Amino acid sequence: MSWLIVGSVPRADFPLVRGDYQLQGDTLLLDGQRIRVARGTPALMAVAAAAAEVLAVPAPQALLAGDIGTGEGSRAVYAHLVENVAHIDHAGLTFHYLLPDIAWHNQVLWALEARNPAPLLAADAGFMYAAKMSGYAAHYDLFTPDAGEMAFLADEVAPHPFYTRGFLLQEEDRVPELIERAYAEENAARHLLVKGKTDFVVAQGTTVAEINAPDVPAMEPIGGTGDSLTGLVTALLASNMEMTQACRTAALANRHLGHLANPTPAFGVADLLPFVRRALERALE
Amino acid sequence: MIGFLRNLFRKEDALRGISEKGLLLYHSTGEVIRAETLLKEAGVEVAVKGPPPDLRQGCDMVIEFPLLEEMRIRSLLEQAGLAPMRVAVAQDHLLEPVSLYHVKDFGDYLMVRAANMKITMDKRDRRIVNVSGGGCPDVPYLAESLVGKILDQAPEPRSLGRTLCGYSLQLAFEELRRRCPG
Repeated sequence: MSWLIVGSVPRADFPLVRGDYQLQGDTLLLDGQRIRVARGTPALMAVAAAAAEVLAVPAPQALLAGDIGTGEGSRAVYAHLVENVAHIDHAGLTFHYLLPDIAWHNQVLWALEARNPAPLLAADAGFMYAAKMSGYAAHYDLFTPDAGEMAFLADEVAPHPFYTRGFLLQEEDRVPELIERAYAEENAARHLLVKGKTDFVVAQGTTVAEINAPDVPAMEPIGGTGDSLTGLVTALLASNMEMTQACRTAALANRHLGHLANPTPAFGVADLLPFVRRALERALE
Repeated sequence: MIGFLRNLFRKEDALRGISEKGLLLYHSTGEVIRAETLLKEAGVEVAVKGPPPDLRQGCDMVIEFPLLEEMRIRSLLEQAGLAPMRVAVAQDHLLEPVSLYHVKDFGDYLMVRAANMKITMDKRDRRIVNVSGGGCPDVPYLAESLVGKILDQAPEPRSLGRTLCGYSLQLAFEELRRRCPG
């Protein structure tokens, strides 16, 4: 299935671009632009491209703009989606590092839902925050939160993970309780892939898989390992794999990625890229 | 019409409270951070909070301040070119920021987490080796600005960040400096 990754590049001078991209080493090539893979949406794109090659499916396309936190790039992306929704004919979209903006979020969601058939919608990072804050979380097919973000989803009044109330601690052993509460408050997507010491795959409020091995603690401090997980599940969904199977396989592959790379906490996500192929193949065995 | 109907059925938050505090609202979180710094330096007791639901608009922060000091605060802010977009009475429930720090020791490396942001340092040379977590688009930018730098020579996240994730990273950064004073 064709897929579109929607996110940002951490550069103020990066223009709005949309189209096919290629991964060459630790660099992405898109519309004449070269993007170094360090973390964030470029990391998601790099892993998705490498995984798509293993799965023998076309790499996703990308819609990106530069944003260093001012929101200018994010707003350009939102506007482009709304204005060009007639040409967004992808089977699914993965939203990533975008400045949460409820008004723009709602316009994007309504425009995409009006398409027939409506695409699958996956959200991570800032756009997941906007999706929850909007009150339309249940309209999404997949969220990929970590434990802290799970506490945010579980807190019906929290505007951001920074303001999650103290009684909803971000302790990993409370994740099942947080999942239950998030669904009770209608603040979760239809499926969740909760990343942490144990990864949880959740469908309609029911945990259908828990993955906790191989366990590589050094993956936690490495910036971009959550992005790599979202990249893996994006490629698996683009290969037409069923949602819960895609989540389970992505979680396992991301763990193999850490196991094969044997990282220290000083690794960058680009150091993990050479291991994506073997990690995914092992998860698919 | 569709938007009207959707809004009609949206969940309503019914949390109400009474407060003697006021709220300063700004267009951007960058302005919030600068105004907070200015007011604290002037000795005003202020705190950054999450906005009440009816004032929420994205990755927002507001400054809570003693209402009795409104005139002085407005004067200070106007002199600095930081007049708020709006001043409101805080009669809604105010959300507290996450205040706990989580620390993980990886032997040669120490990781500090504040809310949804993590920063990791090599204890041997006090070099920042990783920044992770968060979801706002200044996070990858902040990470590229900090990673590889010695803790004392790295720019403070508040000098570059603009969002709540950037603010979380500032708190983690300060906690790391407090734990590893060099």
